[in-house]
Amino acid sequence: MTSTAVPTPPTGNSFRVPPPSPRLPGAPFLVFDWLFALAVVGVIGAIVRIIFFTPIEATQGAAQKIYYVHVPAALSAYLALIVCAVMSMIYLWLREVRADRMAESAGEVALLFTTAVLITGPLWGKPIWGTWWTWDARLTLTLFLWFVTAAYLVLRGAVDDPIMRARYSAVLAVLAALLIPFIHLSVYLFRTLHPMPIVLKPSEPSLPREMLITFSVSSIAFLFFCAMLMRSRYRLALLRERAGIV
Amino acid sequence: MLARAPGLTAAAWIVAKKDLAIELRTKSAFLSVIVFTLLGLVIFFFAWDSTAVSALDLAPGVLWVTFTFAGLLGLHRSFGAEMQDRAIDGLLVAPIDRESIYLGKAIANAIFVSAVLVIAVPAVALFYNLPLGRAVLALGSVAVLAAIGLVAIGTLFSAMAVNTRMAELLLPMLSLPFFVPIVLTSAQASTQLLAGRPFAEALPWLKILVAFDIVFVVACTVAFPHTLEE
Repeated sequence: MTSTAVPTPPTGNSFRVPPPSPRLPGAPFLVFDWLFALAVVGVIGAIVRIIFFTPIEATQGAAQKIYYVHVPAALSAYLALIVCAVMSMIYLWLREVRADRMAESAGEVALLFTTAVLITGPLWGKPIWGTWWTWDARLTLTLFLWFVTAAYLVLRGAVDDPIMRARYSAVLAVLAALLIPFIHLSVYLFRTLHPMPIVLKPSEPSLPREMLITFSVSSIAFLFFCAMLMRSRYRLALLRERAGIV
Repeated sequence: MLARAPGLTAAAWIVAKKDLAIELRTKSAFLSVIVFTLLGLVIFFFAWDSTAVSALDLAPGVLWVTFTFAGLLGLHRSFGAEMQDRAIDGLLVAPIDRESIYLGKAIANAIFVSAVLVIAVPAVALFYNLPLGRAVLALGSVAVLAAIGLVAIGTLFSAMAVNTRMAELLLPMLSLPFFVPIVLTSAQASTQLLAGRPFAEALPWLKILVAFDIVFVVACTVAFPHTLEE
């Protein structure tokens, strides 16, 4: 190491530590964060609307209100998983370190939301289906999404070299994206009990207006929350790299 | 797939022959995997009340679960052996395509797990009192398709897992979610065939299995070079 005043950053295909950027505040709490504020206010607002301003469903009673958390959490999980898979493909293609960081962030957020889906699902299933768990196609698929996402994060933790870690996890994410249709197809052929989508389907949503508004508000709030978490995790990855913890 | 370029196929055969020669001379992995498979088949028999569940219903599931776990043991050895004295470096500097290393390893592994099945299928017929002729026909045809998918995935993940801090744990963790469509479709198809149902009833499962094999043999071959150091 020479004692030059300004060390030149190594360039090329290696994982270089990016120079400090003004867009990444050193003290994040001193700066007002619009996305963070929007996500938190949105989620709190959605919960208030779900509890106090949404009619109780006629046949399922209050238990149906978990729908407004369950489905938006699932949508957020899908968003994070898609970001993870697409960023992994971009990484394998361009070897761009930012894509790897983004895939890592999305992977962790995906595990969080998939866990939320798997917790809210049985809570809803018990009073309505009479069982906590059933080997239905969608439940099985979600469970395996959770397993693959967990394996993805364990794999990342088990490789020391940052370049090999990025490549291995990108390969796994891309293969997992190919796996999902096969699991879906085989478990669908096995059996299915899960209700079909009532909002995100080709025909018009068959949900009453008030419920549809609550659902939409909640979904948008959750997606913002998901995006906010991914961005925060991305910044954490950047700070860790800068601090030399890779 | 294999006949894409003669250089690729020829090199793959050389790699496969090398791996099989090592296995033939040591026989260590084969014997332990065979014993593991037989133990698995026996232990599973006692896990169920044989008066409540008929052996015919039980056998295919037991075979595929045991086979999957036994396959993992064999697959771990595939790249594990290359790590000794960094033998992998010899393969990497060889003037062959990276894809042919993967294909060669996969061919050797496919022959390895097929040899395990040659013993496991009659064994499951013996222990579970299945009609041998029908069992060999039903399980054998599905076995070939299952082995291809298992080996395609397992060989790639073996190459990745050996370079991690917890290879023994990580290989099953990565592979098993990918084996789900294989185990599910194989077990369903072979249950139908064993029960003497018409072939058409097993066909949807076999179609998924064939599609799985094609997609993952291609995808893993393309992905493999990314898992190697440059």
